[in-house]
Amino acid sequence: MIYDHLIAPFVEFAFMRRALVGALALALGAGPIGVFLMLRRMSLVGDAMAHAILPGAAIGFLLSGLSLFAMTAGGLIAGFVIALGAGFVARATELKEDASLAAFFLISLAVGVTIVSLKGNNVDLLHFLFGTVLALDDPTLLLIAGITTISLIALAIIYRPLVLECVDPLFLRSVSRAGAPVHIAFLALVVMNLVGGFHALGTLLAVGIMMLPAVIARFWARDITAMILVAALSGAISGYVGLLLSYHTGAPSGPAIILVAGVLYVCSVLFGPVGGLVRQMFPGRHLEA
Amino acid sequence: MLTRRFALASVLLISAHLSPALAQDKLNVVATFSILADLVKNVGGDRVEVKSLVGPNGDAHVYQPTPNDAKTLSDARLVFVNGLGFEGWMARLVKASGTKAAMVTATKGVKPRKMEEGGHTEADPHAWQSVVNAKTYVGNIYDALVAADPAGKNTYQANASAYIARLEALDVQVRAVVGAIPADRRKIITTHDAFGYFGAAYGVAFIAPQGVSTESEVSARDVAKIITQIRTQKIPAVFLENVTDERLLKRIAEESGARIGGTLYSDALTDEKGPAPTYIDMMRHNVKQLAEALTS
Repeated sequence: MIYDHLIAPFVEFAFMRRALVGALALALGAGPIGVFLMLRRMSLVGDAMAHAILPGAAIGFLLSGLSLFAMTAGGLIAGFVIALGAGFVARATELKEDASLAAFFLISLAVGVTIVSLKGNNVDLLHFLFGTVLALDDPTLLLIAGITTISLIALAIIYRPLVLECVDPLFLRSVSRAGAPVHIAFLALVVMNLVGGFHALGTLLAVGIMMLPAVIARFWARDITAMILVAALSGAISGYVGLLLSYHTGAPSGPAIILVAGVLYVCSVLFGPVGGLVRQMFPGRHLEA
Repeated sequence: MLTRRFALASVLLISAHLSPALAQDKLNVVATFSILADLVKNVGGDRVEVKSLVGPNGDAHVYQPTPNDAKTLSDARLVFVNGLGFEGWMARLVKASGTKAAMVTATKGVKPRKMEEGGHTEADPHAWQSVVNAKTYVGNIYDALVAADPAGKNTYQANASAYIARLEALDVQVRAVVGAIPADRRKIITTHDAFGYFGAAYGVAFIAPQGVSTESEVSARDVAKIITQIRTQKIPAVFLENVTDERLLKRIAEESGARIGGTLYSDALTDEKGPAPTYIDMMRHNVKQLAEALTS
């Protein structure tokens, strides 16, 4: 009975296994990235970047159809251009980075939509916004897994300066010149993971698998390592439960995955041991000497 | 005084010169999508200038009208729509454009098929997929054109009867090709069930992984059902369609062992270079693809 509900769908159908592998790989890569975004108070940057890659992917689509390479390249280029452009404007002018990012992603979105409608062929935007986690083929899975691998290795390399920049950027600036390159490398990782997530979940939901697990993790752990573990784990749980939900109830798969993460988030806000509402109302006994 | 009278006279004179020119001008009409536009062109011939709102390869289900479309509508004398709920966006567009053009529903008199869609039944709009219904379309188009431009009645009549003869030949051809396929192999899977009328008219079962409209998103349950169905009913072929996500179909075909057929055209014609630039070409192309995938 339990086997039938929880495991049989994945044994019986290869597309469910592929969707699960894709979702797990995404959770593993995007979760940690999300934690750093959250700690650096850049939670909404992920959202902005996700919108920024849409037109790039759409242009790739118009040029060569549903080609994995064209859409990936388009998304990456658009994402990098927006990230670097916004960063440059922020450094060179009075404008703060969030404001210039907002300007850039809105322009990019408008350009993308204009190009799509000028071409006259109305692309089914739903597929771009919500993705097709059920249709992952070998190249797409390899791409997502590759992005995750690169992200984890790169995070391991830049871990130290990145944590310092989250906690005390002024101190980092005083002892090292690594700040700027680390920042750029990190933004590159954000863009890559969003593009990977775009293939499975579309631009709207890719940012969900990145940020929701990170926000959940904030309620369960105090130190960064533990947060990263909780984020990756809760992302993986969301993927697994979301797919099962879609399989049993007929809910669309991408939104189902993010909805499960949303439910986990609400539970965490209520019952999380670190600053959860219930915990605040009934604090444990003070430790007294 | 003299100059004013002169001016008035010259204006009258010019307009008197212009009006026969205007009468010779083509009748401006609009069709909502490319297949309907093709049918109108065949009846209207040289007397009619047809514009299609949704162009070749466009998906009329999820079309977003542009301000340009509103302008096109307000310039038109006649607006041809498919009806049966096909163009959900049309009512708003007509209201926005403030057009005085007469609306012609091409499916008037067609017996609509009912479709299960998300628990409630609604009419299936893809009536043109049966050639018999296409003849009804042509009749409605003919009536509307004659009412709007009585002077062209003879031309329209000649065009319409010539075209109906071609449609009848097409109908015979489609029946012959389908008849050559073994009866137990006449079932396929395709992305969206635009082929209900085709299936009913010619005896081919079309099973779709999505509902009647491309507006709804598929769930894991739908895909699992389809794969199970292909395996248990031994469905020989899966077809891709030009307007919805082909990656999902490839996945289903790979997993179920069904063969992937060529592209079928359902809601839109292709451009001149494609295999289905006209309605008749589209039907011939579709039935040829079906035969190739199902007979082997």
